[in-house]
Amino acid sequence: MIKVSDLSFSYRKGTPVLSGINLELDQRSTAIIGQNGAGKTTFVKLLKGLLKADEGDIFVNNHHVKETTAAELAKTIGLVFQNPNDQMFKRTVLDEVMFGPLNIKMDKQQAKENALMAIRMVDLQGKLDINPHDLSLSEKKLLCIAAIVAMDPDIIILDEPTIAQDHAGKEKIKQIIKALKDKNKLVMTIIHDMDFVAENFERTIVFNEGKVLLDGDTRQVFSQKDMLKKAHVEPPGITQLAEMLGIQETILTVEEFIHRNKEAARD
Amino acid sequence: MNKIVVEGLKYKYPLSDTLALDDLSFQVKEGEFIGIIGKNSAGKSTLCQALVGLVPHFYKGAYGGKVFIDGLEVKNQTIADISLKVGMVFQNPFTQVTGSKMTVYEEIAFGLENIGIPRSEMIARIDYVLDLLKIEQVKDQNPFDLSGGQMQRMAIASIIAMKPDILVLDEPTSQLDPAGSEEVFQAIQSLSKQGITIILAEHKMEKVALYCHRVLLLDDGKMVDINTPGKIFSRGDLEQHGVAAPVYTRVCKELGVRKAGTSEFPVTLAEAESVLRGRKI
Ligand SMILES: Nc1ncnc2c1ncn2[C@@H]1O[C@H](COP(=O)(O)OP(=O)(O)OP(=O)(O)O)[C@@H](O)[C@H]1O
Ligand SMILES: Nc1ncnc2c1ncn2[C@@H]1O[C@H](COP(=O)(O)OP(=O)(O)OP(=O)(O)O)[C@@H](O)[C@H]1O
Ligand SMILES: [Mg+2]
Ligand SMILES: [Mg+2]
Repeated sequence: MIKVSDLSFSYRKGTPVLSGINLELDQRSTAIIGQNGAGKTTFVKLLKGLLKADEGDIFVNNHHVKETTAAELAKTIGLVFQNPNDQMFKRTVLDEVMFGPLNIKMDKQQAKENALMAIRMVDLQGKLDINPHDLSLSEKKLLCIAAIVAMDPDIIILDEPTIAQDHAGKEKIKQIIKALKDKNKLVMTIIHDMDFVAENFERTIVFNEGKVLLDGDTRQVFSQKDMLKKAHVEPPGITQLAEMLGIQETILTVEEFIHRNKEAARD
Repeated sequence: MNKIVVEGLKYKYPLSDTLALDDLSFQVKEGEFIGIIGKNSAGKSTLCQALVGLVPHFYKGAYGGKVFIDGLEVKNQTIADISLKVGMVFQNPFTQVTGSKMTVYEEIAFGLENIGIPRSEMIARIDYVLDLLKIEQVKDQNPFDLSGGQMQRMAIASIIAMKPDILVLDEPTSQLDPAGSEEVFQAIQSLSKQGITIILAEHKMEKVALYCHRVLLLDDGKMVDINTPGKIFSRGDLEQHGVAAPVYTRVCKELGVRKAGTSEFPVTLAEAESVLRGRKI
């Protein structure tokens, strides 16, 4: 669905932020992890056409990003910003979520329907008339997710969606990712929460100093401890525990750990 | 010595009809490292702001009970006076940036200039925190051109540079990479060992379990409990309060394995490893 070749980018001449990135992204749910400043946010802004590549090409659903207008791309690819304050500018929750759909020329009826559905998905239906700036940080993040979901793009990118979420909030986001995936959308998420990565994503890409350091099945990626360390990330807590206990295979979730334990007890 | 004393604190935001803080009482000793946990909207940030005086001085609203910092009552002090003793890192680093400074370096210098730190001392402190938070390489960059994690690092650096007696941190590592988050927790722990009192609101329960001396569990503005991580995370009603225990505690609960000779479950990686070692898995 996305093809990136030889992509390079810098904000200022002489300090490359991304260099020589080659990636193909398909329908597998995908996590992007890596050190602060590695270039993750920059990368997804390039995919969305918000920044212009110095070199290389990006194709999103066969649109050549360079030659496609932002309006055209907006129908295909949606980006939930890392900082919600960069995304919100309407007076009420409902207007905020309706803005995107209206902006891509969805008719008003449909826009409202989509917006209300997306708002229910993030559980903000009780706050339709509230000013987005009066919401808490966790609610702002959820609102921004709803605003993108309402536009119904094929590709949805979430930049650190779980910031400020409690257990229930993370669970909510988990369900949203699952629902989007069931609708055959590509969901790509930048995230620092390794437990969440292990539980929710089929594929994991590790960025390091503007390059792709690792890319593969999440389980396979989390088995490469030394490489992860180099990228300032780590395997999930349960994976570390299993490893310390001498379990050979890479365990990703509490359920897997318990299951294994029960099997062992039965033998 | 008690550094913070909270007595029957009640608080309601203006225009709100429910108490955000409902009759809280607790004490914190000098050098203690306290974690505040609880689900979204439990009142963690509001409590943090009550310790630095933003509640009630900035937010107004209805306020009852007392908060003492070093024996001085917060209600009777100005925010400026309290800020000399208590530094706060906000939940969203973006809201903490002055907006008037052109570089990260100047941004960190701003607070120090305000309290009249001599130039040579200032330079030494800034160099120290740039190194501690690993943002040396972006010191000449505009604060708004930083990555999210870099901005959060800058926010922490600015407050640590002020050397407050009490450090209040509201989810300070939510945007940090795992290695950076671990480093920041270690740095905070070392400040606590130097006698600085730490109050930290946090959703990362594994970190709270590993680093905090005591944990304050909030729900709906009420204090459910304040106790050691082992006691708090072994509670059977944690989920009813919207909190999931550390992953290490959850597996051990599931397997019914407690810490030897206690009724508590393990809460850290090392504790879980030690009770599970030798089991057939
Ligand atoms: N507008 C900008 N101008 C100049 N440099 C920038 C700008 N935005 C980001 N940078 C720099 O580019 C690098 C990559 O930033 P980016 O935001 O892509 O990182 P990231 O991987 O998303 O990090 P984080 O995990 O902290 O969010 C960083 O060193 C950052 O300081
Ligand atoms: N400025 C404000 N005006 C009115 N009500 C507020 C304000 N800030 C917070 N509240 C309300 O006070 C209660 C406690 O909020 P608070 O932000 O302290 O929770 P929290 O535990 O920090 O949550 P989170 O985990 O989302 O950060 C909530 O019901 C919230 O809606
Ligand atoms: Mg980023
Ligand atoms: Mg808060």
